[in-house]
Amino acid sequence: MRQKIPGLLLVLFWASLCLALPAQQIPVTAEPAAAAIAPVPEVKAGDTPNDGGNAITVTWQASPDEAKGLVEGYEVLRSETAEGEYSRVGYVPYGFTSFNEQEVPQNGRDYFYQVKTVGKGSSDFSLSAVSNPAQAHEQWFNAARINALVATVLFILIVIYFITRAKRGQSLFIRRIAGLAAVEEAVGRATEMGRPILFVPGISSIADVATIAALNILGQVAKKTAEYGTPLLVPNKDPVVYIVAQEIVKEAYTEIGRPDAYNPDSVFFLTDSQMGYAAGVDGIMTREKPATNFFLGMFYAESLILAETGAETGAIQIAGTDAVNQLPFFITACDYTLIGEELYAASAYLSREPMLLGTLKGQDWSKAVIVLLLIAGVLLSWINPGIRQLILNLLIVG
Amino acid sequence: MKKQLPLIIVLVLGITMALQFFIPSHISTLTYETLNQWLIVIAAFAISLAVGSLINHHMIKIKRRKSGWWNSYVTLTGLVVMALLGILGKINGLNWMSAFYFKLFKYVQAPMDSAMFAILAFYMASAAYRAFRARSKEATLLLISGFIVMLGVIPFGSLIWDKIPDISEWIMMVPNMASKRGILFGVGLGMTATSLKIILGIERNWLGGGGK
Repeated sequence: MRQKIPGLLLVLFWASLCLALPAQQIPVTAEPAAAAIAPVPEVKAGDTPNDGGNAITVTWQASPDEAKGLVEGYEVLRSETAEGEYSRVGYVPYGFTSFNEQEVPQNGRDYFYQVKTVGKGSSDFSLSAVSNPAQAHEQWFNAARINALVATVLFILIVIYFITRAKRGQSLFIRRIAGLAAVEEAVGRATEMGRPILFVPGISSIADVATIAALNILGQVAKKTAEYGTPLLVPNKDPVVYIVAQEIVKEAYTEIGRPDAYNPDSVFFLTDSQMGYAAGVDGIMTREKPATNFFLGMFYAESLILAETGAETGAIQIAGTDAVNQLPFFITACDYTLIGEELYAASAYLSREPMLLGTLKGQDWSKAVIVLLLIAGVLLSWINPGIRQLILNLLIVG
Repeated sequence: MKKQLPLIIVLVLGITMALQFFIPSHISTLTYETLNQWLIVIAAFAISLAVGSLINHHMIKIKRRKSGWWNSYVTLTGLVVMALLGILGKINGLNWMSAFYFKLFKYVQAPMDSAMFAILAFYMASAAYRAFRARSKEATLLLISGFIVMLGVIPFGSLIWDKIPDISEWIMMVPNMASKRGILFGVGLGMTATSLKIILGIERNWLGGGGK
């Protein structure tokens, strides 16, 4: 028993000593020490295609540690020599495996890249191997837009063909567009009632093709108002559109032979505030009570405010826009609505000039070609699903 | 010559800008940026003419005592006050003017804009009432599809039948999207045709009087 007591005391002493020791001092044998974050396996660099130069695209494979959730992001480093000093040129978070550097100092000169994998929440990082040398070059043709070029050239050829036909005097059938056929009637109604005509050329700038289309129609409407002696009101939101509209109306009156009937105050600038403009036009409609309202061009949220106020005043309303989201409002609140392309057809339809009708016919045939291509594409995709991606790739404009 | 010169400018610049879309080089980009800057300069001149028009229009209204002529006083006062505060507020020592300008913008103009925008809700209700009256087959179809779409985007829809949100999404993504794309095809071609007509000088209505 006496021999056993010192042995027991020794065990207790060692046990208490082990418990009292700090945890880090307990030797770890089960797990190996944490390794540094894995670098990206491969880095490639090359000229960014279809650009104006001074750009190199760097691509790499994700670090194997990214899948384990250990990677914060990647730093892209550049140097003029493979062994030289690298400086940071960009950073992308994890999930991205490419970077387009758009500030390459010099075109036609070799640059080398490295990708630094940055670990999460620590100072862990690792550098990749050096990339291949890459040079930035300036391109003179955007090859990614060749599909758009082919389509445009094809469209131009179709239009030119129909213009030539129209010039030869061949009659071209154009379907009746109710909204445009009603223009004459709408102007006549205003004349009979002795009330003005309100023409709103949208709220967009002159850079918008819909605004230009609206101004083309304004020219035709102004000729009719000049002929009948009907007052015309053209409030504008954009200063440049205001000047162009003023010139168009003035010239239309001159061409009809009634420059004296032109009122310079009939075309005026209202405001460049969207809702301010809507309020201003609403005011004109309720005060002046125009017999006919034209809302043609590009419209946004104010479309319904204008059209509903016009409907309440009892005016005949002809609207037209290519803003798909505003079309339902115009269809609901106006008597006639020019839907999308009809807005662009208006000038040709109203003037009946053979050259303009030729372009309209070319437009219709181009649409027929698109419909045929769509049907063919759907059928081919249905027969062979692999073709679907090929077709989609062909349609992407870079 | 008055008509020929604009046509030549449009032809040259129209072709330049069309080619620019396909040429990514530095010179091409620079040309595009420069021409856009010119547009801003022209717009700046146009603003002065537009302000002239605004003043003239309201002066005539006041002189002739046209309906609502007193509103013109408010417009002209607003124009002068805002312009003065905006310009003089840039001068050192007159910074209070700039602060007052922003106060007027924030507490007068912005609420008025918001109020006008809010009116849209009431107009929508009246327009929806008119659109959803089942007067024809098309209007009935619109009424039914509109009703399903509305039910599909509120939680109550899925409580009635769990397939309603799916039907609603199908209506939006298939027939609605197909119609939208059909319109957009026409719009794209219409835009290209109009641009082509103007660049080639076939369409001259924008010159006023057909350019004869």
